[in-house]
Amino acid sequence: MIVELRDVHRVHGSGETAVHALRGVSLSVGAGELVAVMGPSGSGKSTLLNLCGGLDRPTRGEVVVEGWALGTLSRRRLATVRRRRVGYVFQELNLLPSLTALENVALPLELDGMPIRAARRQALAGLVDLDLGELARRFPEQLSGGQQQRVAIARALVGERRLVLADEPTGALDTETGEAVLRVLRARVDAGAAAILVTHEARHAGWADRVVFLRDGVIVDTTGPIGDADQLLTGAPQ
Amino acid sequence: MSIRYGLLALLERGPMYGYQLRAAFEEATGGTWPLNIGQVYTTLSRLERDGLAEALPASDTGQRPYAITDAGRVDLRSWFTTPVQRGERPRDELAIKLALALTTTGVDVPRVIQAQRTATMRSLQEYTRLKTRTTAPDDLSWLLVLDAMIFQAEAEVRWLDHCEATVARKARGTASAPSITITPDRDEVSQR
Repeated sequence: MIVELRDVHRVHGSGETAVHALRGVSLSVGAGELVAVMGPSGSGKSTLLNLCGGLDRPTRGEVVVEGWALGTLSRRRLATVRRRRVGYVFQELNLLPSLTALENVALPLELDGMPIRAARRQALAGLVDLDLGELARRFPEQLSGGQQQRVAIARALVGERRLVLADEPTGALDTETGEAVLRVLRARVDAGAAAILVTHEARHAGWADRVVFLRDGVIVDTTGPIGDADQLLTGAPQ
Repeated sequence: MSIRYGLLALLERGPMYGYQLRAAFEEATGGTWPLNIGQVYTTLSRLERDGLAEALPASDTGQRPYAITDAGRVDLRSWFTTPVQRGERPRDELAIKLALALTTTGVDVPRVIQAQRTATMRSLQEYTRLKTRTTAPDDLSWLLVLDAMIFQAEAEVRWLDHCEATVARKARGTASAPSITITPDRDEVSQR
């Protein structure tokens, strides 16, 4: 498993004003798996994502990323695991405006102490993999919203990172551009990464292998494994 | 829509006999609407009766092709330019089921909604997978048929979300102690 939540609870505040953001959530996502999390505002989606990435700690339960039980790690060790193992893609503000696409993608590696040349070589390979090689020298303001998000996915998965946590990454994009971003995410997952995609759009969740429905901090249902698509088609409504 | 106009549109490409029409129809609808050959011939004889298609002399192999008539072309043009009316589609069982669930005691409405949402979402995943793995990326007709199913499933999920929110809001409005923030008791409040 790349990431595992074991009976995770998260309570914000205490006493009468306590808000139970998550109430006993268990979820595992393996390599090659894209899991979408759907639910209304306040259902706990973002809390779940933050816990997976070690940006927040559970009140109870355990979060394990690639074998590391995050709760047992020192602050420093946690920061390292977060930097080396987890990539984020948000709805906006993903790229630093003063750096080129290539520099943005290389940044996490450089921050981790990799020599600049090696970091940029790896970053370029990541961009080329996603057919974004020709954008490498452009600055974010010279890229469209969809191109920026695809560069953000390249950065989220640069180096040895295999876990992408995406929070409404297609939020502000039109249908076709959003689809191009999901196509890239799907391709990276099919190549061995794991991803959790928080979205309120069913059409985007459709790209997932599994869709988890959150309500008031509880997983109320999950779509099972995908079956024979052709069989489904012949039974489709006319 | 009826099979009638589907077959007329195919005959507009040129004369065809029953089995050819069936294959072309299924290809055009991406296999989402399987036809049996009986339906094809019944429809063809009705088209012939109404003067919209005519049977041509049998070929050497004994096949009788059909061709579209001028009247058929006029009828087909009119079909293409007339918008499909929602009311002409079959009644929506899901809407009726939810309406009845709301007024029938002992039915867990959120559960009914969630069960449907999960099923619809699974179909959406299947359609998306078919789209991404299609072996004919240049087959525009097939991709558009798939997109239609994807958008319909998406609309259904959005409508279910809306139903759920409306039911929850209504339940909260009638509860004695309305709750504005999300609390662990929200479920209980909303079910009161």
